[in-house]
Amino acid sequence: MSEYKTILKTISIISLLGLIFAISLSITFEKSNPIIEQNKIEFKTKLLNEVLDGLDYDNDLIGTYIRIKPNELLKNKTEKYVYLAKKNNILQAVLIESIAPDGYSGEINILTAIRSDGEIIGTRIIDHKETPGLGDYIDQKKSSWISNFDGMSLNNRTDADWRVKKDQGTFDYKAGATITPRAVIKSVKNTLLFYKENRELFDD
Amino acid sequence: MIKEQIQDGLWRQNAGLVQLLGLCPTLAVTVNITNGFALGVATIFVMMLSNISISPIRNYVPESARVPIFILVIAGLVTIVDLSINALSKPLYDALGIFIPLIVTNCIVLARVEAFASKNSTLPSLYDGFFMGLGLTFVLIILGAVREIVGNGTLFQNLHFLIGEKYQFLTIQLFDSSDGFLLAALPPGAFIALSALIVFLNLVNQKK
Repeated sequence: MSEYKTILKTISIISLLGLIFAISLSITFEKSNPIIEQNKIEFKTKLLNEVLDGLDYDNDLIGTYIRIKPNELLKNKTEKYVYLAKKNNILQAVLIESIAPDGYSGEINILTAIRSDGEIIGTRIIDHKETPGLGDYIDQKKSSWISNFDGMSLNNRTDADWRVKKDQGTFDYKAGATITPRAVIKSVKNTLLFYKENRELFDD
Repeated sequence: MIKEQIQDGLWRQNAGLVQLLGLCPTLAVTVNITNGFALGVATIFVMMLSNISISPIRNYVPESARVPIFILVIAGLVTIVDLSINALSKPLYDALGIFIPLIVTNCIVLARVEAFASKNSTLPSLYDGFFMGLGLTFVLIILGAVREIVGNGTLFQNLHFLIGEKYQFLTIQLFDSSDGFLLAALPPGAFIALSALIVFLNLVNQKK
């Protein structure tokens, strides 16, 4: 009988606590979720505008996107949004997220803004796990290396230009950390290729 | 009574230096003062709340089911703190990342609930949670400061994530960050800095 009582007591106290926390969690969620969603949108807008570098557009950027399925060039494993900047309904630029899978440690997430003529407006590293103080100079917070991409396109550069100087290219690199820039350069170049091959996707 | 909790929490039973509980966040997060401080405050909150939630019901918690009940309470509280931090400051939330939800697995929270709150009345439990958390926060801040100065040459980096964009000027650049001693910013540096702190604490204790 006493064992039966203990079980009953355990069940009731766990259920009661579960109920209390379910209620308080749902209240917290209801209160915080709109702010969290708003923060996310603000953060994203800020990032997109930073990469667009003052480009003139008049559409709702966050609301204008195309879904891209996992792709060989972009190396995305999940569906990604490509945002479109338009003015008077004419495409001005696309913002494409790509992944460089062959960095020194883990994946490097990159955001590239490409003007409609195929020229890079700006590039940003969204997320990376490269060694602090060594490979992290690709990060715009640490150095301006990433702005090397500004103005580059597949037309105004040869294949050889898309390499670090060590590989007879044009990109600076830091001794001891060449794997990281190689991965980023390759990924940005592939992003341009992706844009070129899928140009008609973005036009309407 | 409260004097005992202050002494235990801040020195004699310091969570970070004496009990050595909760090392995972202690070592991983403390790359700068801001991170250490923020995680410390989050931990204080969770510890106070979990202690005062458990203490009043301690006589109704069956011995055999106490751990699942404690974890249920702690997990619920941590999720509330997690959501609140995300709403308050997204950059800070991104910087602390997985370590906020991981407060659930921080042994110090469960240890204090088990060792103190389940045996004492509510008010002392509240003090215990606060001062144990405060003791850990001090350790996190000191570790963060040392690693930030040595590894990056700065103090109060990212503090503006916490108190607003206009306070960005509070970051002090002591020397160029590329001259920093990289090891201090990496996990091994955290171990070395922590052990130096433990040595200091033991030296002081020996002198007494």
